[in-house]
Amino acid sequence: MGVSEVRREAQPLIDLRDIYKIYQMGDMEVRASDGISLKIWKGEFVSIVGKSGSGKSTMMNIIGCLDVPTSGEYILDGEDVSEMEDDELAEIRNKTIGFVFQQYNLLPRQTLLENVELPLIYAGVGRKERQERAMASLEKVGLQDKWKYLPQQLSGGQQQRVSIARALVGNPSLILADEPTGALDSRTSRDVLDFLKQLNEEGNTVVIITHDTSIAMEAKRVVRIRDGKITFDGDVKEYAANV
Amino acid sequence: MLQTFRLAMKSLAGSKLRSFLTMLGIIIGVAAVIVLVSLMSGMTNYITDSFSDLGTDQISVSVTNTGTRSVTPDDMYEILEDNSGLLLELSPTVQTRGMVKRGADSLSTTSMTGVSEGYLDIGALELSTGRFLTYSDIVSEQKVCVIGSYVAQELFDGEDPLGQTIKLNGQPYTVVGTLAEKADSEEGSSDDCIYLPYSSATKLAMNSDITSYTFIANSEQMDLAKSVLESELYAVFLNEDLYTVTTLSEMLEMVETITGMMTALLVGIAAISLLVAGIGIMNIQLVSVTERTREIGIRKSLGAKQSVILRQFIMEAGMQSSIGGILGIILGSVLTTVASSLIGLDAPPSVQAIIVSFLVSAGIGILFGYMPAKRAARLNPIDALRSE
Ligand SMILES: Nc1ncnc2c1ncn2[C@@H]1O[C@H](COP(=O)(O)OP(=O)(O)O)[C@@H](O)[C@H]1O
Ligand SMILES: [Mg+2]
Repeated sequence: MGVSEVRREAQPLIDLRDIYKIYQMGDMEVRASDGISLKIWKGEFVSIVGKSGSGKSTMMNIIGCLDVPTSGEYILDGEDVSEMEDDELAEIRNKTIGFVFQQYNLLPRQTLLENVELPLIYAGVGRKERQERAMASLEKVGLQDKWKYLPQQLSGGQQQRVSIARALVGNPSLILADEPTGALDSRTSRDVLDFLKQLNEEGNTVVIITHDTSIAMEAKRVVRIRDGKITFDGDVKEYAANV
Repeated sequence: MLQTFRLAMKSLAGSKLRSFLTMLGIIIGVAAVIVLVSLMSGMTNYITDSFSDLGTDQISVSVTNTGTRSVTPDDMYEILEDNSGLLLELSPTVQTRGMVKRGADSLSTTSMTGVSEGYLDIGALELSTGRFLTYSDIVSEQKVCVIGSYVAQELFDGEDPLGQTIKLNGQPYTVVGTLAEKADSEEGSSDDCIYLPYSSATKLAMNSDITSYTFIANSEQMDLAKSVLESELYAVFLNEDLYTVTTLSEMLEMVETITGMMTALLVGIAAISLLVAGIGIMNIQLVSVTERTREIGIRKSLGAKQSVILRQFIMEAGMQSSIGGILGIILGSVLTTVASSLIGLDAPPSVQAIIVSFLVSAGIGILFGYMPAKRAARLNPIDALRSE
């Protein structure tokens, strides 16, 4: 599925319209998002790149409904989420988005299987189905044998794969990864990236955030951010030519 | 619900030390309340019981005889006769202590009381063998006595005491009767006693002045009986300070007031210990929620609603408190049983104390688990995730 093909659909999955996120620090104003408009369609593989402090995480948190913008509209899968209540956002996150965090964010006292089950628990899926699906998801990342382990018994790369399994388990429309390789060495980074690529080839929408240009170029489309503004948005080949 | 329960169980098991510390607060609080309240109410019951054994129709009179104004037993008997129907029975009482000896055996704790023949009824005494003191024993100052079951057991050890001689402060007395066991035939109990004619007892006490009398009055007219006695005595002494008239029910009331005050005091102490336990629980819950804000952030980012997070924390706090409460009840009951058997007190664990202390500690645990969790559940997931 090529990018141009994907874009033909009328309704984008993500539709950010003139988003501002402003932090008031004393009498200083930090514009972490400074008028961002961005559309991402189903099936795309987009990387958001920019220097540290440029506003990538802010944007990802808004896209992931973990945070709300100061102003602007955000239409996710046809629904306006910019005015939603905390609990409604929780439901959207649960059903629509799979997160992969830089710090994995696994619960340390629960087994891998229980960690992967969490999104299904909050979706109200029954015990048996939940365990089957979580196991299938662990199998996908090649960790089904270790389902009884606790997170700290695994290497960083393995933990990140568990968090990918957790992101996948609820069949979300969007997989959102903030610096997914930030805590990993280059070899395991490669594994994780290949895995995300494979997920995209299977039809998942994947958005990764990175400060690393070489990682950004693994995606099909690149969005570059500087000081809370989009300074580039286009095909990865075009981006490569640009740098 | 079941799901939340499992989550809570898991989280408790995962943080053993913290759970244990929280529970310890509750365990100690609950156990302390149960032990204090149970022992105190056992004590109160013991005291009131031993008073009501004596009967509430008694009136005690004590007088201070002076050179010019005094009463003798004969005067008191006259008062009894003048008020027959209201006052039913009378005995002077002369308390002495000293050495009781038979051969090589001796007792030193025995209370020796000089009384009249009427004391059999007054003291609600029951004879086991022989007879009680008689009027003629009194007038002729006979050296005879009636002994309690402890004395019989210690000095005669199965032999028949009747007709035998024992020495009270060196003076030979003949045993004419033995009393049935009243308490448990132990040293210092109401079985450790000897009754002798009051006329003889004044000699033994080396004090011929009889200052204490016990009446039995018509139990329907205790107040009237008391005021009649007071006016009769006033007529003699012309000074209220030289005599006191006390009914046993008044004394019982006084004792109940005192034990009531002690109970209130102890309940206060118990309440404070529960409160301290509660503050401990509150602190640990606060720390625990702060420590777990990141966990809350993770759960929220995966789609947990505020109510779900809250339910998890309340469930955890509730379970912690209940387990702690139950352990506290067990510990408190065991300690109460052990302590009461050591003191020799009949003090079963108080059901009220169990219920109240359990409810209070569980309530505190849940409330203080709820409050910080409510704050944390409201956090923006991203702020919760950022906290380390
Ligand atoms: N909670 C916050 N309070 C104040 N300023 C913030 C907060 N979060 C982010 N910022 C600021 O917003 C800017 C963008 O931050 P961020 O989105 O984390 O950048 P990036 O992820 O690209 O490194 C930075 O200048 C940062 O200091
Ligand atoms: Mg960042």
